[in-house]
Amino acid sequence: MQTRLRMVLPDQELLKLYEQMFLSREFEERCAEQYAKGHITGFLHLYSGQEAVAVGATAGLHRDDYILSAYREHAQAIVRGADPRRVMAELFGKATGICKGKGGSMHLFDPSLNFMGGYAIVGGQFPISVGLAFSAKYRGEDRISACFFGDGAVNQGTFHESLNWAQLWQLPVLFICENNFYGIGTEVHRSSALASIHKRTCGYDIPSEKVDGMDVIAVYKAVKYAAEKVRESGRPYFIEATTYRFRGHSMADPAKYRSVAEHEVWKARDPLPNFAKQLLEEGIATQAQLESIEARCRQTVDEAVTFAEESPWPEDSSVYEDIYV
Amino acid sequence: MAEMTYRDALNLALKEEMRRDPSVFVLGEDVALYEGSFKVTRGLLAEFGEERVKDTPISENTIIGVSVGAAMGGLRPVAELMTVNFALLAMDQIVNHMGKIRSMFGGQTFLPMTIRMPGGGGSQLAAQHSQSLETYFMHCPGMHVLYPATPADAKGLLKSAIRDNNPVIFLEHELLYNSKGEVPDDPEFLVPIGRAEVKRPGDQVTIIAYARMTILALQAADELAGEGISCEVVDLRSLAPLDMETFLSSVRATGRVVVVEECWRTCGLGGEIASRIYDACFDVLQAPVKRVSGLDVPMPYSRKIEKICIPQVEDIKGAVRDVVSGRY
Ligand SMILES: Cc1ncc(C[n+]2csc(CCOP(=O)(O)OP(=O)(O)O)c2C)c(N)n1
Ligand SMILES: [Mg+2]
Repeated sequence: MQTRLRMVLPDQELLKLYEQMFLSREFEERCAEQYAKGHITGFLHLYSGQEAVAVGATAGLHRDDYILSAYREHAQAIVRGADPRRVMAELFGKATGICKGKGGSMHLFDPSLNFMGGYAIVGGQFPISVGLAFSAKYRGEDRISACFFGDGAVNQGTFHESLNWAQLWQLPVLFICENNFYGIGTEVHRSSALASIHKRTCGYDIPSEKVDGMDVIAVYKAVKYAAEKVRESGRPYFIEATTYRFRGHSMADPAKYRSVAEHEVWKARDPLPNFAKQLLEEGIATQAQLESIEARCRQTVDEAVTFAEESPWPEDSSVYEDIYV
Repeated sequence: MAEMTYRDALNLALKEEMRRDPSVFVLGEDVALYEGSFKVTRGLLAEFGEERVKDTPISENTIIGVSVGAAMGGLRPVAELMTVNFALLAMDQIVNHMGKIRSMFGGQTFLPMTIRMPGGGGSQLAAQHSQSLETYFMHCPGMHVLYPATPADAKGLLKSAIRDNNPVIFLEHELLYNSKGEVPDDPEFLVPIGRAEVKRPGDQVTIIAYARMTILALQAADELAGEGISCEVVDLRSLAPLDMETFLSSVRATGRVVVVEECWRTCGLGGEIASRIYDACFDVLQAPVKRVSGLDVPMPYSRKIEKICIPQVEDIKGAVRDVVSGRY
C-alpha cells in the first residue's frame, strides 16, 4: 500500500527526491560510458537500481549527521551535496578530484559535508562510524552516525564487534544495510546462516526493521523515524533496506549468476519510473516538469564529464603529499 | 628530576597529557577498572572518570577502528592493545585504515591517535605472547613507530606521540616496565619524534639498538671498555621515521657497525639499516655491518632455549669483537 505523497513531504521536497534519484542514475550510467572509453579505470561499482536507499535515507538524516559507506558510494556522496564535477574528476584520476585523485571511485570523502568516506575493505567502516558517534557524544554534539553497508558485510567480525560496542557504550549509530541480495556473485542465503539480516541484531538487543529499498518514501520514513529514535535514545538502531543492483558487481562482472527472470522482476520495481508515475498520478508534477528536471540532471552530468576531461593530472610530486601532517 | 620506573614514567605522561588536553581519552581492554594488565593506566579512572578512561570489549580491530573514527571526529585517542601480539587482529584497521585515510582522502582529514602496545620476549610466554613485531609497522607508510629504552624517553616520547597529529604506534618493552631512571619533572619535557640519541659516546664501533636492546648494548659497551674496545651506542628511539643523520654520523666516525634487533632477522630492521648505511657511506666502512638478531623461529617456552632466541649481552660483545678484529 502506497502512502499518499503529500502526507509525507511538501511538493518541492518530493521533486527534490526525484531529482536526486535521477541525477544519481544519470551519473552512474555516464560513468559506465566513460569507463568503456577508458577515461575511468580501476574498480567501478555502480549504484543503478539502489537510488531509493541513498536518496530516501539522506533525506531522513540531518545535515550534521555523519555518513559513511562502502565502495559503491557515488550516490551517497552526491546526494549529500558533493560536487558532481569533482566526483567525476576523482574517477578520472584528476588533480581537481574530491580527493585530489588519490582515492578514486571507492574512496570519496568530504568532511565539509560530514560525508566521512567510502571504504573498500568490506566492513571497514563499521568501527569508524562507531568512533565518530563516540566523538559526537564525547563532545556533546547533536549528531548521529549513519553507516551504510551491504549484505555481504554482515559476516565480518567488525559488524558484530561494532554492533556490540555501539549498544554497550550507548552510541548514536544508525546502521543501514543495503541488502541487494548479492555479495559479488554469492547470494545471501549462500553466505548467511540467517538470511533475514535485520534479525541478526537481536544478539545485541538493537531494534531493527526491514524496509522496501525500492520505495524512496518508505526508506525516507523509516530512516527519519530511526534517526529520531537514535537521537533521542542515544542508542543504535538498524535498518535493512531490500534492493537490487541493475548492473554487475563492478564493471568487470557480467552478472551471469542472476537469472533474467529475477532481473525482470526487480526491473519492474525500478524506483525512478515508479516514483515518477506516483508524482504524476497525485498531480505533484506534470510530465513537462519531470522532463525539465531530467534535462537539468543530464546537463549537470555533462558538465561533470567536461570538467573531468579538461582537468589537469596530479603532479608527480603529489605522491609524497598528504601522508603526514 | 625524579627517579621512577618506565611504567610510572608512562603513567605520568598519560596523566599530564590528559590534564593538559580534554580531548585526550584512553581506551583498551582492562585499562579502567583493572588499571591495565601492566598497570600503566593506574589511577586514571579515579582521576579522569568513566567518560575518558574506557574499558572495551576484546575486539582489537574495533578498538583501533573506533579510535580512527574518534580521531576523525576531533578527539585524541590513546588506545592500549594489551600486547603487540594482539595487534595482528587489528592489522586491517591499522594498515588499511589508520595508515591510509589521510592520503586516500586527499589530506582532508588527519588522525591524531596513539596506539600503545607492550611487546618483546623474555618472560617464558611462548610463541604467541613473545613477539617483536616492530618491523610490521615500520613497513607501512602513514604512521610513526616509537620504542623507548629509558624511563625519560618513555615519558617524553609518549607525550610527543599524544600531541602529534599523525597516527603513532607506541611500543613498550615488557621487561623494561620495572627499570628505573631519572625523569624530568617538567610537564613540557618532550622527546622529539624522529630523533635518535647517542646514549654512550665511543670511537671504535657504533652499536645501533632500540628499546631493551639499547639497555643490553650499553651493558655490553661497559664490559667491552674493560677490554679496551670503545663503543658508541646509538639508541634509535624512533623506528619510523628513522634518524639517519644521527646513526650515519656515528658510523662515519667509527667505520664499524653492529645493529642489535630483537625482532626476527629476516626482513628485520637490521637489514634495512645495514642497507641504508651501505648506500650512504660504503666507503668509510672497515667491516661489514654485523647484525645481532632474534632467531628466525617461533619463540619456545622453556627458559633454557628461549634465551638462545633473543639477543644477549654476550652476543653483542661477540659481534663487536668480530668487527673490531676483522673476523667476520
Ligand atoms: C575484507 C574484504 N574482503 C573481500 C573483498 C572483496 N569484495 C569486494 S566487494 C565484495 C562483496 C560485498 O558485498 P556486499 O557487502 O553485499 O556489497 P555490494 O557489493 O552488494 O554493494 C567482496 C567480497 C573486500 N573488498 N574486502
Ligand atoms: Mg550486496
